[in-house]
Amino acid sequence: MSTPAKLPRWAELFLLPAINLLVALLLAGVVIKVMGESPWAALKLMTGGAFGSQESIGYTLYYATNFIFTGLAVAVAYHAGLFNIGAEGQAYIGGLGVGLVCLWLGAWPFWLVLPLAILAGALFGAGWAFIPAWLQARRGSHIVITTIMFNFIAAAVMTWLLVNVLIKPGQQSPESREFAPNAFMPALHELLAKVGITFTSTPLNLAFVLALAAAVLVWLLVWRTRWGYAMRVAGLNPAAAVYAGIHPPRVTIWAMLLSGALAGSLGLNELMGSQHRILLDFPGGAGFVGIAVALMGRNHPLGIFLAAVLFGALTQGGSQLSFDMPRVNRDMVVVIQGLVILSCGALENIFRRPLAALLARFAGRKDEV
Amino acid sequence: METYTLIVLLLAATIRVATPLLLAALAGMFSERSGVIALGLEGMMLGAAFASAAVAAVSGSAWLGLGAGIVAAMALALLLAFACVTQRGNQVIAGMAINLMVAGLGPALALAWFDLGGQTPQLEAAGQRFLSLRWPWAEAARAHPAPGLLYAELISGHNFLVYFAAALVPISAWVLYRTRFGLRLRAVGENPAAVDTAGVAVNRLRYQAVLISGALCGVAGTYLSTAASSGFVRDMTAGKGYLALAALIFGKWKPWPTCGACLLFAFTDALATRLQGVALPLVGVIPVQFILALPYVLTVLLLAGFVGTAVAPRAIGVPYLKEK
Repeated sequence: MSTPAKLPRWAELFLLPAINLLVALLLAGVVIKVMGESPWAALKLMTGGAFGSQESIGYTLYYATNFIFTGLAVAVAYHAGLFNIGAEGQAYIGGLGVGLVCLWLGAWPFWLVLPLAILAGALFGAGWAFIPAWLQARRGSHIVITTIMFNFIAAAVMTWLLVNVLIKPGQQSPESREFAPNAFMPALHELLAKVGITFTSTPLNLAFVLALAAAVLVWLLVWRTRWGYAMRVAGLNPAAAVYAGIHPPRVTIWAMLLSGALAGSLGLNELMGSQHRILLDFPGGAGFVGIAVALMGRNHPLGIFLAAVLFGALTQGGSQLSFDMPRVNRDMVVVIQGLVILSCGALENIFRRPLAALLARFAGRKDEV
Repeated sequence: METYTLIVLLLAATIRVATPLLLAALAGMFSERSGVIALGLEGMMLGAAFASAAVAAVSGSAWLGLGAGIVAAMALALLLAFACVTQRGNQVIAGMAINLMVAGLGPALALAWFDLGGQTPQLEAAGQRFLSLRWPWAEAARAHPAPGLLYAELISGHNFLVYFAAALVPISAWVLYRTRFGLRLRAVGENPAAVDTAGVAVNRLRYQAVLISGALCGVAGTYLSTAASSGFVRDMTAGKGYLALAALIFGKWKPWPTCGACLLFAFTDALATRLQGVALPLVGVIPVQFILALPYVLTVLLLAGFVGTAVAPRAIGVPYLKEK
C-alpha cells in the first residue's frame, strides 16, 4: 500500500475540503449551464435563499440538524473502521421510537417526554444497527452490504406499520395521528422570545441544540476517553489493537450501537420538532447526506457541524432556487451532494497529490530564505 | 385449470420482473469478479433509463434509445473505473456518489429539457418502445392450454431485451469459464499480483470489466424505461440495483446461481403483487411488505452464514498498486 500524500494539518482540514467543494460546485455549474440557466445567478439565489433572512437561516439550520445527527453517525462508525451506509434505516427506525413515545405519552409533561423520546430514538436506532454490527463482529458479514439490506428492510417494516397499524383511522394517507402538543419540541423562536429576542417563526427547534450537544459528546467520547482511543486504534489497525488488549469485535458492536443511536436521533428534529407525526420516508435521504457530511467534515465533530450547515444551506437554498428558476428543481441539490461525495471521497487523491507537491515547494522556498 | 393459468401468468410476470435484475446482477458479476465493488449498479441503471427514454422520445426509435442508454451507463462506468482503479479511491464511496448524483441528475435534466416535472415524455408512438414479440402460432396454441399456454405466455410474448437477458446467462458463463479473458478476470479478482506477474495489465482488465458492467446496466436501464414502462420517471430503479447486488451475492458470484437468485427474487415480487389483499387459507392476508423484504432478509441470512456460505472474490474493494 502506498501512503497517501502528506498534507499540513490546515490544508488537510480546510483547504482540501474547500477545493473539493469548489470542484463539485463548478461541475454543478456546468450542469446548470447545460440546462440553459446562469450558474452565477443560481449561486447568488441559493446563497440568498440559504442565509438571506432570519427565516432562511432558520430553515438552513433546521435541515442542518438532521445532517449533524447522520453525519456524526457515519463518522463514529468510520473511526472504528466501519462504513455505515445504514444511517437512513437507523434514522427511520429510531424515529419510530421517538414517535411511539410521543404518541403514547404525549399527555405527560414535556420535561418527562423529552428524555424518554431521546432514549427511545437512541435505543431503536442502536437496535437496528446492532444486527449488522453483530453479524460483522461475530460472523464476518460485510457491514456495507448488510446495512444496505437493512435500509430496505426498515422501509418495508415502516411501510407496513404505517399502513396497517399506526395509520390514523378514517384517513387515506399512511400517517400516524398528530402528537399531543406536550410532545412538541419547542421551536427556537419560542425559546428566544422568552429571553426577549425576536426571531421569525421557523421549524428550527430545540433539537438543534441537542445535535450540538451530541457533537460535543462525540468529540469527548472519541478523543478524550479510553473507549474512544480503543475504537480509533481498532479502526486504524485491528491486528495491532489485539496486541494492545483491545477486542476489535466488541469495538465494532459498540461503535455501531453509538452510530445507530446518533442516526436514530434524527426523529427528535424531524418528527418531534417539525412534522409532529410519524409519516412515510421522513428521513428523506438524510442518512446518505450524512456520508457526504462526514467525508467533508473529515469525521471530526467541528467539521461535521460546518459541513452539515453547508448541506443544510444547499437544501434550503435549493428549494428557494426552484421557486425562482423554474427550469432548475430541487434535484440539483442531490446532484451537488453526489458530486461532493465523489470529489471528497473517491477522487480526493487527484487534488491531494498536486496540492502536497505545491505546498512542499512553497515550504522549501521559505526554508531557503 | 384456473390454478394452472394463474401459475403460468405468475411465472410470466416473474420473467418480466427478473429481466432487469438479471442484467444488472450479471453486470455486477463482471465488475466484482475483477475486484471492483459493484455499488454503482443502481446509478448506472437509472442513468441509462433516463438517457434511453429521452433519446427514444426525441428520435422515435427504441433502438437509438438503447444505444444512448448503453453509452450513458458506460460513461458512468468509466467515471467509476477512473475513481476506483486509476485514482484508487474508496469503491463504496464512488458507487454511492454515482448513485446519488444520477438520482438527482436524471429528474433535473428531464425537467430542464422536457418541462414535465422531472419525467420524460410518454413513449406512445410505434417504434419508441420495445414491444412484446409474438412467436408463430402463439395465439393458436392457447386452444390447447397445457403446453400451449406455457408456450404463449412463457416462451412467446416477451420483448427483445428479455430474450437478450436470458441468452446472456450462458454467454456470461462461457466468457467467465471458457475464455482467456474470463480466466484472467477471475484471477484478477482473487490475486491481482499473480496476474500482474504473468504480464497482464491489472488495471486494464478492471477497466474492461467495469465497462462491461456499464454496458449491461445500460441494457437493464433501457428495459425499465422503454420496455417495462413508457418513459423515465424519478427514482424508477427503486433499489433494483441493490437488489441485483443481493442476487449476485445470493448466487455466489456465479452466472447460473445468480440467474436462479434473480428468478427467486422476481418470483417473490410477482407473488407479492398477486397476493395483495388476498386472504389465504390458514394464514390470512400476508402483508405485501414482508414478501417484498424477503430477498433482503434472505441475503442477510446468507451473508451471516446461516444459509450456506457466500465467499466474495478475495481482492474485492482493494485497489491494485504495482510495486515500484
